[in-house]
Amino acid sequence: MDLFEYQARDLFAKHGVPVLAGEVIDTPEAAREATERLGGKSVVKAQVKVGGRGKAGGVKLAADPDEAVARATDILGMDIKGHTVHKVMIAELSPEIEAEYYVSYLLDRTNRTFLAMASVQGGMDIEEVAEKTPEALAKVPVNAVDGVDIEKAREIVAQAKFPAEVAEGVAEAMVTLWDTFVAEDALLVEVNPLVKTKDGRILALDGKVSLDENADFRQPGHEALEDKAAANPLEAAAKAKNLNYVKLEGEVGIIGNGAGLVMSTLDVVAYAGENHGNVKPANFLDIGGGASAEVMANGLEIILGDPDVKSVFVNVFGGITACDEVANGIVQALELLKTKGEAVTKPLVVRLDGNNAELGRKILSGANHPLVQRVDTMDGAADKAAELAAAAK
Amino acid sequence: MAIFLTKDSKVIVQGMTGSTGMKHTKLMLADGTNIVGGVNPRKAGTTVDFDGTEVPVFGSVAEAMEKTGANVSVLFVPPAFSKAAVIEAIDAEIPLAVVITEGIAVHDSAAFWAYAGAKGNKTRIIGPNCPGLITPGQSNAGIIPGDITKPGRIGLVSKSGTLTYQMMYELRDIGFSSAVGIGGDPVIGTTHIDALAAFEADPDTDLIVMIGEIGGDAEERAADYIAKNVTKPVVGYVAGFTAPEGKTMGHAGAIVSGSSGTAAAKKEALEAAGVKVGKTPTETAKLAREILGG
Repeated sequence: MDLFEYQARDLFAKHGVPVLAGEVIDTPEAAREATERLGGKSVVKAQVKVGGRGKAGGVKLAADPDEAVARATDILGMDIKGHTVHKVMIAELSPEIEAEYYVSYLLDRTNRTFLAMASVQGGMDIEEVAEKTPEALAKVPVNAVDGVDIEKAREIVAQAKFPAEVAEGVAEAMVTLWDTFVAEDALLVEVNPLVKTKDGRILALDGKVSLDENADFRQPGHEALEDKAAANPLEAAAKAKNLNYVKLEGEVGIIGNGAGLVMSTLDVVAYAGENHGNVKPANFLDIGGGASAEVMANGLEIILGDPDVKSVFVNVFGGITACDEVANGIVQALELLKTKGEAVTKPLVVRLDGNNAELGRKILSGANHPLVQRVDTMDGAADKAAELAAAAK
Repeated sequence: MAIFLTKDSKVIVQGMTGSTGMKHTKLMLADGTNIVGGVNPRKAGTTVDFDGTEVPVFGSVAEAMEKTGANVSVLFVPPAFSKAAVIEAIDAEIPLAVVITEGIAVHDSAAFWAYAGAKGNKTRIIGPNCPGLITPGQSNAGIIPGDITKPGRIGLVSKSGTLTYQMMYELRDIGFSSAVGIGGDPVIGTTHIDALAAFEADPDTDLIVMIGEIGGDAEERAADYIAKNVTKPVVGYVAGFTAPEGKTMGHAGAIVSGSSGTAAAKKEALEAAGVKVGKTPTETAKLAREILGG
């Protein structure tokens, strides 16, 4: 889960990373009081989860509370690279800046360890720095067991060739940033820019944090950081039912068991769509191993509630759960939807393979549901589902 | 022969007495796995009956190893307790720990991986978030259905569980030496490369099927390894061509970020290494069949 800047700022402050004061608001009028609290001047910063907001006019100085209201009026509702601004942060004005740096910690998947990155060329897109002047970006592996203490932080700072007069201050900030990374179960903490001010302070002026949702069980505060307003309503409904669902752009609804098989199903449907009016998969939905009638019904309900969906492809491989149980689950799910008054009106193509496939197919054929078609190979079923979606488009 | 797991493997189950552990211990026993014990400090000294097979419960991995000679542990421990359980297995120096658990926090898996390294890598870790591994006809350590295929001469390594099953089923007439599900998390123990090296060295494996998916660069590195070190034919499949950027596709590690981790890049890298890559699972199975002349 990626956070907004103001949320990152709050977490940094909580763990001792030096930041400026700031608060988030969602109405222009609130900018007045917030600016007054900061002594009459502020920076109005659009809160969007995308880079380049400064260039897009999403960051403005306000010399007095009235101007803060005017700038907040301009910025709220603004579109920045497809993201609508719903919130702005009213931040303390930074003291005069002498230098801008970059620091971060992230997961290095390739080496299965953490990585510290630091550069004296901050304030710009770090990917650009990495590409154009890779020697200016220090990358230092951090062992998950040892972590970052002041000694390790000094090593990182030395490798990045920070000037002597800021080295200790930056190292201290690197330790608190590591504390944030670990304590919050983050996948990324990034400060860009980390600045040296004319009065000699080291400050984190902007930051990015991404949190690991697998750690939610020990991070009770993280749920409140979720941007529920931005979630797709179908995705939110699926999440409430504990379903692993991602909304996509196409017309063929997909249900399957197992993340890899569902991902593969999306691809196979997209290939088949090339021969059928270019229809595409409408979603990713993994109902997991058991595929009980209830879970299947919940999944079907979400997918049939998507107005973009023109046909549905149920692709199940019977492993531990045999296909006869899965077939019964599908039949019962259709019954369940019927008793809930939600008529199934879109054609369903079902492919069952694996354990007891023959038995499962017999059950489906026996149920003889007018909208359900059985196709016994994955490629064939995908083709049929694409054809039906194209015909209904 | 096979890789990592044979009929001689003595298997213990951490988390055996939980509902998932009970269900799958029963299935593993039915597949002929030599399960010599379970681990649960609160139930140490008791036994659990699995359709007439009495399996003793020990207080720790170390105790189970000392009393039974166990050399494989399969873990069905809930995510919150997985880090401690894997570290216990590493401390006991069990040669193989198969971590089935889904949903382990990355800081925990990174920690036990670093810990294993600090202890000299005496424990091979498979997973987490994986279906485990099976050597058909000999032993099953995990949740791969044991009856969808038969023993044979194909080796399989995969990030995905259900795609593993699909492939094993498609090629069930030829059969498998071993099939290893390495898991779809961002930090995993055993990699594609580790399994490729083991299959290359296994005299009972004639062809390797490698299944990858979006996210990370493990497939690209595996391609590089294949080009330099693998003489046996390799057939590949990559899932996730239609996955959009920035959306996690079920597995925590299955995410395309920017231009990295795409299925197209992985396919290209594998093909450049001489790997035949199928467009669908069925086509991939067909490619394997053609190479084996079946």
